[in-house]
Amino acid sequence: MEWFNDFWSTYSTLVFSVGVHALLALSIWLTLSCGLLSLANAAFMGVGAYVSALLTLHLEWSFGSVLLAGGIAPTLVALIIGAPVLRLSGVYLAMATLAFGEVVRITVLNLEITGGPEGLNGIPLATEGWHIALILAVTVYGLARLRRSKVGRAFEAIKEDEVAARLMGINVDRYKLLAFSLGAFIAGVAGALNAHFTFFISPREYGFENAVDILTMAVLGGTSSLIGPMLGSSILTLLPELLRSLQDFRSLVNGAVLVLVVLFLPKGLWESRRIRAFFKRLKGGQA
Amino acid sequence: MLEQQLLNALTLGSVYALFALGFTLVFGVLAVINLSHGAVFMVGSYAALAMVSHLNAPLWVAMLGAMVVSGTIGLLVDVLVLKPLRARNAPHLIPMIATIGVGIMLTSAAQGLFGAEVLRFPEDVMPAGEFMVGDVHVRALEIAIVAIAFLLMAVLFTILKRTQLGRALRAIAESPKAAYLLGINVEGLFHITSFVAAALGGIAGVLIGLNFNAITPFMGQPMLHKGIAVIILGGMGDIRGALIGGLFLGFAEVISKAYLSSQMGDAVAFGLLFLILLVRPSGLFGRKLERKA
Repeated sequence: MEWFNDFWSTYSTLVFSVGVHALLALSIWLTLSCGLLSLANAAFMGVGAYVSALLTLHLEWSFGSVLLAGGIAPTLVALIIGAPVLRLSGVYLAMATLAFGEVVRITVLNLEITGGPEGLNGIPLATEGWHIALILAVTVYGLARLRRSKVGRAFEAIKEDEVAARLMGINVDRYKLLAFSLGAFIAGVAGALNAHFTFFISPREYGFENAVDILTMAVLGGTSSLIGPMLGSSILTLLPELLRSLQDFRSLVNGAVLVLVVLFLPKGLWESRRIRAFFKRLKGGQA
Repeated sequence: MLEQQLLNALTLGSVYALFALGFTLVFGVLAVINLSHGAVFMVGSYAALAMVSHLNAPLWVAMLGAMVVSGTIGLLVDVLVLKPLRARNAPHLIPMIATIGVGIMLTSAAQGLFGAEVLRFPEDVMPAGEFMVGDVHVRALEIAIVAIAFLLMAVLFTILKRTQLGRALRAIAESPKAAYLLGINVEGLFHITSFVAAALGGIAGVLIGLNFNAITPFMGQPMLHKGIAVIILGGMGDIRGALIGGLFLGFAEVISKAYLSSQMGDAVAFGLLFLILLVRPSGLFGRKLERKA
């Protein structure tokens, strides 16, 4: 157990980050699975983080209810902006959600209660490893069930062809709003979890770069299954630690990974069909 | 006081317009949101700075050099990244994601090469001289910036309106397939467009670098956001809209910074952008677009 304690005291924050990033990657996976490229997830994460941190600091709510509130607050925001924003599609949606993210960041930067540019300090440590593990497990289970349900199939139909989906009698607008706000919920909970183990949050952590990071995780891992986003987020969280020696050039690798994946692995690292084929070949070789 | 602000706004707005022109040109012709445009802008200002301080080049040579350097980067991005994606017929958001990666790479490379701290142009290369017009304090630098920006825009407009090249580009913007069938060298023009757009972004970087005399690896990101705001204000792919949108944003920003608060300047731009997208996605001056499913 000695080695485990050593390992844990050094790397627990990193392990926590892997879990939180996995949740974020899953949150954008959800919107992507409905064919929506939304860059608002970092902002939703920020809303969740700030609301939960403020509730903890000022009203001393219990951690469970704080987490729930951290999820619900961005969901409400998503429901409000969703109706008008989701009328846009493709690039326009990406731009509108990007602008929304900037508005949130600038608002947080200028409000007094959020501590302005300095952010919030001294958020008590409340997140434990099992919290993240449990929430991640529930999210994965829920999303896996969702995929195989009527809702998941509707998402897929909308992603493939919105007009055809509409003609099949699918209420496209409502399903899009559902994907958008569920994604906001997951991102908000991730933000709340994150705020309660980093002690400190500031507007800088929820800007455009972070929205892009979240997207990169999902794209790198691949969005054809739930494993992809989790794989991608683990790699991109651990990679900077492994590349410490590169210092300032570190994020060069992140950018290169993104470009190379888009160019050479259009379906991401984890493409179920290819992996199944690989195992089949392996078995074939043995027989 | 107001006149002074208007001059600031004109200076800023003309550079925004120049930057956004390249951005919107790429969208109009290649149908790609090139999110590395902000990084290319940053590269332009570093290129000029390096030429001025290491090669002792005069400023105008450094400006041309910066255009060549950033133009070449734009060309490389098109040849190495966008072309393979076109060949594969990738969905339209994929090239956008790839250019995000390019932007991260360029920013990180600049940070590694030049460090994260703010760099400045040496005092002696800056166009000196200032004078008063009534109550307004005018710097020669500002005159130069506005003149260069408008000159380049005028050249671009003339090319697009009056030459065979411009007609070909407009044909591609309408439909690349039809243009190809008419015997237009579509790929070649994609390359030219990428070069020109990035060169415009690069010179905008030099002008902003001179105006604030501050260059950092991260200056591209806020500019990119402004570029997005401008081309959405003006209508995506709309050249004239980018000009008007750029000036408009310059004025909106300076005025709200002067009379509201310094931070709110940015919020105004994005609030406006958000609103425009909701009410008139085709831009303030755009024709009504077909709804694209």
